[in-house]
Amino acid sequence: MTADSLLAITVLWGFVFIYAVMATMDFGAGFWSMIYINKEKTNATNIANRYLSPTWEVTNVFIVAIVIALVSFFPGATFILGTVLLLPGSFILILLALRSGFLVFSHVAKDYEKSLTYVSGISGFIIPGLLMLVLPITHGGYIEVVNGVHQLQFEKLFTSPNIYAFIGFAITSTLFLSSLLLADYSNVADELDAYKVYRRDALTLGPISLIMAFLIMITLRTEANWLYSNMMNYLPFLIGSVITFFIAGTALVIPSGRHKGRIGRPRLAVIAVTIQYLLASYAYGRAHLPYMIYPDVTIQSGFTHPNTFRALFITYIIGFLILFPGFIYFWRLFMKDKRYLKQSEN
Amino acid sequence: MDDLVIARSLFGTTMGFHIIFATLGVGIPLMILCAELLYQKTKDKDYAIMANRWTKGQAVLLGVAIPTGTIAGVQLSLLWPGFMEVIGKVMSLPFQIEIYAFFIEALFMSIYVYAADRISPKMRILSVSLVLFGATASAVLITNVHAFEGTPTGFRIHNGEIVDVDPWAAFFNPSFLVSAGHVAVSAFTTGAFMISSIAAFKMLKNRSQDRVYKFHRKALILGLTVGGIFSLLTALNGHESAQMLHEYQPEKLAAAEGLFDTQDYAPLAIGGFTDKETQEIKYGIEIPWALSFLAGNSFDTTVIGLNDFPEEYWPPLFVHTLFNGMVLIGSFLIFLAMVGFVWNKILKRPHFPKPLMWAFVISGPLAILSIEFGWIFACTGRQPWVIYRILKTEDVVTGSTQIGLLFILFSIVYVILAVAVSLVLRYYFKRHPVEKELDYSSSESSMKI
Ligand code: HDD
Ligand code: HEM
Ligand code: HEM
Repeated sequence: MTADSLLAITVLWGFVFIYAVMATMDFGAGFWSMIYINKEKTNATNIANRYLSPTWEVTNVFIVAIVIALVSFFPGATFILGTVLLLPGSFILILLALRSGFLVFSHVAKDYEKSLTYVSGISGFIIPGLLMLVLPITHGGYIEVVNGVHQLQFEKLFTSPNIYAFIGFAITSTLFLSSLLLADYSNVADELDAYKVYRRDALTLGPISLIMAFLIMITLRTEANWLYSNMMNYLPFLIGSVITFFIAGTALVIPSGRHKGRIGRPRLAVIAVTIQYLLASYAYGRAHLPYMIYPDVTIQSGFTHPNTFRALFITYIIGFLILFPGFIYFWRLFMKDKRYLKQSEN
Repeated sequence: MDDLVIARSLFGTTMGFHIIFATLGVGIPLMILCAELLYQKTKDKDYAIMANRWTKGQAVLLGVAIPTGTIAGVQLSLLWPGFMEVIGKVMSLPFQIEIYAFFIEALFMSIYVYAADRISPKMRILSVSLVLFGATASAVLITNVHAFEGTPTGFRIHNGEIVDVDPWAAFFNPSFLVSAGHVAVSAFTTGAFMISSIAAFKMLKNRSQDRVYKFHRKALILGLTVGGIFSLLTALNGHESAQMLHEYQPEKLAAAEGLFDTQDYAPLAIGGFTDKETQEIKYGIEIPWALSFLAGNSFDTTVIGLNDFPEEYWPPLFVHTLFNGMVLIGSFLIFLAMVGFVWNKILKRPHFPKPLMWAFVISGPLAILSIEFGWIFACTGRQPWVIYRILKTEDVVTGSTQIGLLFILFSIVYVILAVAVSLVLRYYFKRHPVEKELDYSSSESSMKI
C-alpha cells in the first residue's frame, strides 16, 4: 500500500459514506412518504417530500461520483467489478431510473400522486438492499473464473446467510436512519404530529437494525473469516459504535432541552448515530484493506497511473473549493430556512 | 446475434435515449436565461411567465435526463470494462471534472426551482446561469472523452502496458475543442428550435385568442433568433469538424462522403446510398470539387478514399446517409430562421403563412433527429475501433453473457419513461394553461413556481 493508493481509497470511502447517509435519507424519505400518504393530518408525507424534492438530484450525483472515483482511481478493480456486476448493476440502474423518474412525476401530476408515489416508494425500498450486495461480493467466494472470464456465482450468492444479513441490514438501517433524520427535520419545522410518528419509527427500527448488524458479524465469521478476524482487530471501534447507538437511543427518550413538554433530542441522536456508522464503517473499511476484491485485486494492483492520480487529486482540491460555498448556500436554503421548512404544500 | 452486437445495440439505445433529454438539458436553460434577462430588461411579464413554464418543463425532463445519464455512466463500465480500464488510467480527468459540473447544475437547479420565491432576481439569474454553465460543461467534458476516442493522445501502449501517461495531453487532445464546441452549439440550437416548435404549434391552435397568440409569438421569435444564431455556428463549426476528420480520421470522412478512390478535385455527394459492390453513391447528387474544398479549403486538396485502407478498417457505409441527414437538417434550420427573420423584421408581417408555421413546428424534432444522426455517425463511424487505431471494440466488450435479456429490460424501461414523461408534461400544461397565468399576472405581482 502506497500513500497515494491509501489516499485514493480514503476519498472513495468518504464518498461511499456520504452517499450511504444521503441515500438512506433519500430512499427512506421516499418510502415514508408512501407509507403515510393516507394520513393527511400528520403531515408526515409532506415533511418527507419537502426534504426529498430539492435533494434527490444532489444525492444522485454522489452515486455517479462513486462510480467515477472507482474507475479513475482503481481502473484495475473496475474491470472485474464491471464484469461481475453486469446483472445486479443493471437491475439497480433500472430500479433507480424508475424511482427517480416517478418521484419527479409524482410531484408534478398531483391527481396521480398516490399511484406514482407507490412506484417510487417501492423501488426506492429495494435499491438499498441491492446496492449493499456489492459489499459481500467483494469479500470473495462468489466470483469464479470460467473460460477466462470472471463470473458471479448466483447460486452461491443466494444460498448464503451472510448475503441476507447484509440485505436485511441495508433495508432496516435505511428505514432507521431516515426516520431519525426526518424526526429531526420535523422537529426543526415544529411539525409535532410528524415528529411523533418519525420518533416512534426510529425507536422501533433502531434495535432491529442493530440485530441485523450482529447477524452480519455472526455470518461473516463463517463466510468470510479473513474479514471477520481482521475486524476483530478493530474491536474498540465496534464497541464504540454500539455505545453511540445507545447514546442515540437515550437522546430520543429524554426531555427536549429547548421546547417544554417535547420529548427527545433528535439532533443529538442524529449526531450520535452518524458517529456510530462512521466508527463501524471505519472498522469494516480498515479490515477490508488491502483488498478491494478478495483475493484478486488489492488497492495497489488496481491502482491508476500515478500521473493520472496526481492530476485527479489537484482537481479534487479545486473542485472542493469551488463547490463548498454552493453546498453551504444550499444547506441554508433548504435545511435551515424556516420559510421553507414550514411552508404548506402548494 | 453475438454478444458484441447486442452490447453495442444496448449502449447505442441508452445513449440515443439519454441524448434527447441531455441536449434539452443544455439547450432549454439557455432559453430560460434569455427569458429571465429579457424580463429584467423589458419588465414584460410574459417573459417571466415563459421562464417559469420552461423551468417547470425542464424540471420534469430532468427526471429522465438524470437517471438515464446515470445508466450511461455505469453502463460504460458494465459493458466495456476493457475500455474503462484504459480511460481510468489515461482519460479520467474529464469524467472527474464533469462530477463538479453535475454538482453545480444539481445544486443551482434545485435552488432555482424550489427557492425561486425566496431569492432576489439577481440570485435567480445567477442560479440559472450556473445551471446553464454546469449543463454545458458536462456536455463539453463528456464529449471530450468521445473526442479522445477519435484522436487519442497522452499515452503509449508498450508490451500491453500503458506507459508515458500525460493526463492533460489526453485532455487537450486534437479534436477536443472542435467536437465539444459542436456539441454545445448544436444543443443550444436544439433547445431553441424545440421552443419554437411548441410556440408555433400553440399559435396555430390559438389564432382567435389575441393575448395567448401574442405570448407564443414572442416565444417563437425568441426561439428563432437564438436558434438562427446557433444553427449558423453549428454549421460553421461542423465544417471544421469535417476538416478535423480529414486530418485525423480520413477513413471516417471517406465513409461519410462515400468516396472510394483517393483524388484531388474530389466531388461532394449529397443524398443517396453508398453501394459497396459498384463503389459509388446511388441516387445522390454530385457537386464537383466541393469535397476537396470542404476538406482543405482549396479545390486541389487530395482526399483519401476508402480503397486506400484495408477493408477491415472501413466503417459501416450507411454513415453516409446519417451524415447527409445531419447536414441537410442543419441547412434547413438556418434557412427557416432566416425566412422567419425576413418575414418578421424586414417585411414586418404580424402573421406567418401557414406552411411556414408548420415548418417551424417540425424544426425542433428535426434538430433532435439531427443530434441522433450526428452521434450515431460519430460513434458508428469510428468502428471497428473504440480507441482509434489503438483498441478494438471487440476486445473491450464484457465477457459476461445475458446481455440480450438486459437489452430487452432496458428498452422496456426507456419506453415506460418516454410514455410517462410525455403524459406528465401533457397533464401538467393542460392543468396549468398559460391563459390562467396571463390573467393572474395582470392582477398579482409576485409569482411562484
Ligand atoms: C442540431 C444538431 C446538429 C446539426 C444541425 C449539425 N450537427 Fe454535426 N453533429 C452533431 C449535431 C449536429 C452532434 C450530435 O452533436 C455530433 C455528434 C458527435 C459530435 O461531436 O457532435 C455531430 C458530429 C459531426 C461530425 C463528426 C465529428 C466526429 O466524428 O467526431 C461532423 C463532421 C459534423 N458533425 C459536421 C456537421 C456539418 C458540416 C453540419 C452542417 C450543417 C452539421 N454537422 C450540422
Ligand atoms: C449521447 C449521444 C451518443 C449516441 C447516440 C451514441 C451512439 C452510439 C452507438 C450507436 C454506438 C454503437 C456503435 C456501433 O457499434 O455501431 C456507440 C458506441 C460507443 N460509444 Fe457512443 N454515442 C453517444 C455518445 C458517446 C459519448 C459521449 C461517448 C464517450 C464517452 C461514447 C462512447 C462510446 C463507446 C465507448 C461505445 C462502445 C464501443 C464502440 O462501439 O466503439 N458515446 N455509441
Ligand atoms: C454528448 C452527449 C451527452 C451530453 C450532451 C450529455 C449531457 C448531459 C446533461 C446536460 C446532463 C444533466 C441533465 C440535466 O441535469 O439536465 C446529463 C446527465 C448525465 N449524463 Fe449525460 N450527456 C451526454 C452523454 C453522456 C455519456 C456518454 C455519459 C456516460 C458516460 C453521460 C453520463 C451522464 C450522467 C451520469 C448524468 C447524470 C448526472 C447526475 O446525476 O446529475 N452522459 N448529461
